[in-house]
Amino acid sequence: MAITEDEVRETAQLARLELSDEELHRMTRELDAILGYMQQLADVNVDGVEPTTHAVPLDLPLRADELGPHLEIIQVFRDAPDWRLDGFFRVPKIIETDE
Amino acid sequence: MTLTDLTASELAEGIRRKKFSALEVAQDFLERIDRLDRKLGCFYKRRDPLAIAAEAATVDEKIARGENAGLLGGVPVGLKDLFVTEGLETTAGSKILEGWVPVYQGTAVTKLREAGAIVLGKLSMDEFAMGSSNESSAYGPVRNPWDLARVPGGSSGGSAAAVAAGLAAATLGTDTGGSIRQPAALTGTVGLKPTYGRVSRWGVVAFASSLDQVGPFGRTALDCALVLEAIAGHDPRDATSLKAAVPRYAEACKRPIDGLRIGVPREYFAKVDATVGKPVMDAIDEMVKLGAKKIDVELPHTGYAIAAYYIIATAEASSNLARYDGVRYGLRVPSENLQSMYARTRAAGFGAEVKRRIMLGTYALRSGYYDAYYLRAQKVRTLIRRDFEQAFKLCDVLAGPTSPTVAFKLGEKADDPLAMYLSDIFTIPCNLAGLPGISIPCGFHDRLPIGLQLLAPPLGEETLLRAASAYERATDWTRRRPEEPA
Amino acid sequence: MTWEPVIGLECHVQLATATKAFSTASAAFGAAPNTHDDPYTLALPGTLPVLSRAAIEFAIKLGLATGCAIRPLSRFARKHYFYPDLPKGFQISQYDEPLCEHGRVDFVLDGPDGKEVRSVRLTRIHVEEDAGKNVHVPGAPVSLVDYNRAGVPLCEVVSEPDVKSPAEAGAYLRAIRQLVRYLGISDGNMEEGSLRCDANVSVRRAGEPLGTRTELKNINSFKNVEEAIEFEIARQIELLERGERVVQETRLWNPDKKQSAPMRSKEHAHDYRYFPEPDLPPLRVDDAWREAIRASLPELPIAKRTRFIQALGLSPYDADVLTAEKKTADFFEEVIARGAPAKAAANWITGEVMMRSNRGDQGAIGAAELAEIIALIGDGTISGKIAKDVFDKAWKSGRRPREIVEAEGLTQVTDSAAIEAACRDAVEKNPKQAEQYRAGQAKMLGYFVGQVMKATQGKANPAMVNDVLRKLLDNK
Repeated sequence: MAITEDEVRETAQLARLELSDEELHRMTRELDAILGYMQQLADVNVDGVEPTTHAVPLDLPLRADELGPHLEIIQVFRDAPDWRLDGFFRVPKIIETDE
Repeated sequence: MTLTDLTASELAEGIRRKKFSALEVAQDFLERIDRLDRKLGCFYKRRDPLAIAAEAATVDEKIARGENAGLLGGVPVGLKDLFVTEGLETTAGSKILEGWVPVYQGTAVTKLREAGAIVLGKLSMDEFAMGSSNESSAYGPVRNPWDLARVPGGSSGGSAAAVAAGLAAATLGTDTGGSIRQPAALTGTVGLKPTYGRVSRWGVVAFASSLDQVGPFGRTALDCALVLEAIAGHDPRDATSLKAAVPRYAEACKRPIDGLRIGVPREYFAKVDATVGKPVMDAIDEMVKLGAKKIDVELPHTGYAIAAYYIIATAEASSNLARYDGVRYGLRVPSENLQSMYARTRAAGFGAEVKRRIMLGTYALRSGYYDAYYLRAQKVRTLIRRDFEQAFKLCDVLAGPTSPTVAFKLGEKADDPLAMYLSDIFTIPCNLAGLPGISIPCGFHDRLPIGLQLLAPPLGEETLLRAASAYERATDWTRRRPEEPA
Repeated sequence: MTWEPVIGLECHVQLATATKAFSTASAAFGAAPNTHDDPYTLALPGTLPVLSRAAIEFAIKLGLATGCAIRPLSRFARKHYFYPDLPKGFQISQYDEPLCEHGRVDFVLDGPDGKEVRSVRLTRIHVEEDAGKNVHVPGAPVSLVDYNRAGVPLCEVVSEPDVKSPAEAGAYLRAIRQLVRYLGISDGNMEEGSLRCDANVSVRRAGEPLGTRTELKNINSFKNVEEAIEFEIARQIELLERGERVVQETRLWNPDKKQSAPMRSKEHAHDYRYFPEPDLPPLRVDDAWREAIRASLPELPIAKRTRFIQALGLSPYDADVLTAEKKTADFFEEVIARGAPAKAAANWITGEVMMRSNRGDQGAIGAAELAEIIALIGDGTISGKIAKDVFDKAWKSGRRPREIVEAEGLTQVTDSAAIEAACRDAVEKNPKQAEQYRAGQAKMLGYFVGQVMKATQGKANPAMVNDVLRKLLDNK
């Protein structure tokens, strides 16, 4: 097996995707097949080969420290699922400690 | 003369010469969309006709005053729904962005409009550009104008089909692993993926950052050249955009191909069915008749390209899609606690293919697996790039089939994601290497189009357009039209 | 049986650039919520990062000032986790190839033999973007999010576990604050959050391998640093002495309860899934740029302090006070550049100037004006006591001291005849006190000095008055 159901469950948690049991089973099968296919990469000799992060070599351009425009409140919250008029996005409570 | 049969360059020329007006052109295209799109499903969202009329009128006024209305003045275009359009809904083919109306505009779109093109609407696509058949749009599939029971290819299926069916004179798509070239091949249109960094990615919803590129669909290579000229160029808002000057791509289309060295990679013909392989080889031979030379080359790591691609692309995608969390925009499934909100929102908002790729990508980046998957894939990517560098020492372009098959039936590959991935074998390698590629029609099998793919070294768009145009002049594939859907 | 604390500190320094690290939205503190948002800040689909040169220059300044090696090629990486204040679901940071490595922070600490300079090695300094702010709403099942801070550039400064005590941690942190303010790259303000600190704490018995460490968060003042670390050391020692083990965990400091509690255990440990940032090519820092930045560095606090002590003969105490803030040191140097003796300038600045400054008194004194006052005392034009009055007037009015002295006739009286006359007068008018002085109450001299000063509006030269009075009182 290239991937187990437990690993799929853990990965789904990391990716914040709620999967039904049926989806979990199907996903495991599919990912197993796909990852099985990926194993062939292990056959390639990559000794001394640098990874390619950028397809075309480029230097990082740097920008001047000059202010640009801000979004108006009407634009910031235009498609916000939940927000307050005093200027905040609102989300279900985050809990930090066991107190 | 039916205006919707004309190419983009013919329309721009005709409007410039006042043979017909931009308003007339817009009217004809809108009528055709009204009549035919219900059967094809190309457009996700159409623009308000009043806005279109206003823009077309502005073009006509400029022409009347003797002013320059732009390279594409009055040409009706469509945009893959991956392009961020200010004030116009942008969904990336996903439920998670349903109803999202952007408050800013992408550079390629701005440039296209500054060149005078008239945006008719947003085109259907595979969700988040992940797919090769346009079957994974949250808003329904697109049908191939050549056979309504078949797919147009993907992920820019709507963009390709719209041009093929004459619903837009040219369209913009994006290509990460073949998403412009493959649908172009399956719909008998011309699709160009420029060099990575040639066109700005600012305002393009990201799928795989190191692979995504914006490119045009057109009826002809010249049409693609005009659109590319309009949208290419350095953008300070995209740190990966190239500083190179933008040549007059349209001029390149006129030049002959004497002495052009066409490399034929052994690996690209080894396992291809004769139904596709023969017309493609005939096309190459046609170009040899026009003065080109055919050379055998090797791209030994071709077989590993799909595996490398699907690890890199899905890893980057899993990262780029982390922002869809229901907090600031898009879908939110209400929940009492934050973690459920995330998990349920994303489960409800993303389709199966997107979830699959997010899972794959997340897995490949997990500590413990990073070296074996992501890092290794990036090293194989280097080897693939080197293969191309070696080959291009011997030739100017590489030629082969764009797709191993003609358009397949809707639903045919739906249950086998891996089989779907494997059909990208010819298009994927050049994305890994950042190279430009074009697909041009070169024949039919059972009335279904076949595409010839040409690849060039970085910034080799002029060579591609030159070769494609020369082949076009000698053949008539680009003048074929599908029958109108009944 | 002695336990040895082993402490490493991870600081985040908010850089005082005008714009955010990767977009042109404002990085300024204190604005109304979500008024410094742009498309990149909100992680709208299709947005891309563009790096600010200023953020890198500020970071290189800090790297050079701490003796770090600056990488000619460094890379950015994505660090993934889901949290409402992290709009993209990842933070752009640096992982494998950080901008600066292997430096050192020197700081002054009270040792057994007085003040000593200690050193803590730095592992690395890298650049990253800040997250937004979550605001908890007490009693309501919601949290609020403000993205003004999201994207502000940060330097993460990671020390080796060289810190040996809570006091050292406090001194190290103060040294970082002083340094970033000297360099002009940050306010270094813990209350406002432009300087933040997490601590990694473990204990071991001397000679034994390192113990399990815990991470302490929510330390938001210098006082908290020392208290939190002290609490944690005690907590760990107590556990270990009971035969229990220290759990590797993250703990939040509660400044009101003065204790720490474990953070709610995440369902899974953080797997940040780092990979190189594809939207940003690698950053190149060539020799020319690096050296240009080095040339622009000011004299650093420890070097300045040492020079003040060794070259200018100031006491360590005075040197500490004068070099605490660069503004103060610069002012001091301007005053002595105008000829004022170092000690005198130091006294006035550490005394009158800073007292008024700290009190927030309306007014100010320029370097030229202070130097002038010191010169006027030095050449005997005014006495020290009168000088305080002149200073006060100059502070409040901005007038030049010399002009104040002339306008108000404050020139010191040094005429021996006048002083003699005033002294005789005082002695004659106060026979009872004269009696007491001669009977042995030496302190009564002060009374006569006071009388003479009153009679001369304070302008008599005190030394001369003293001499003459003594002669008069002793002789009779």
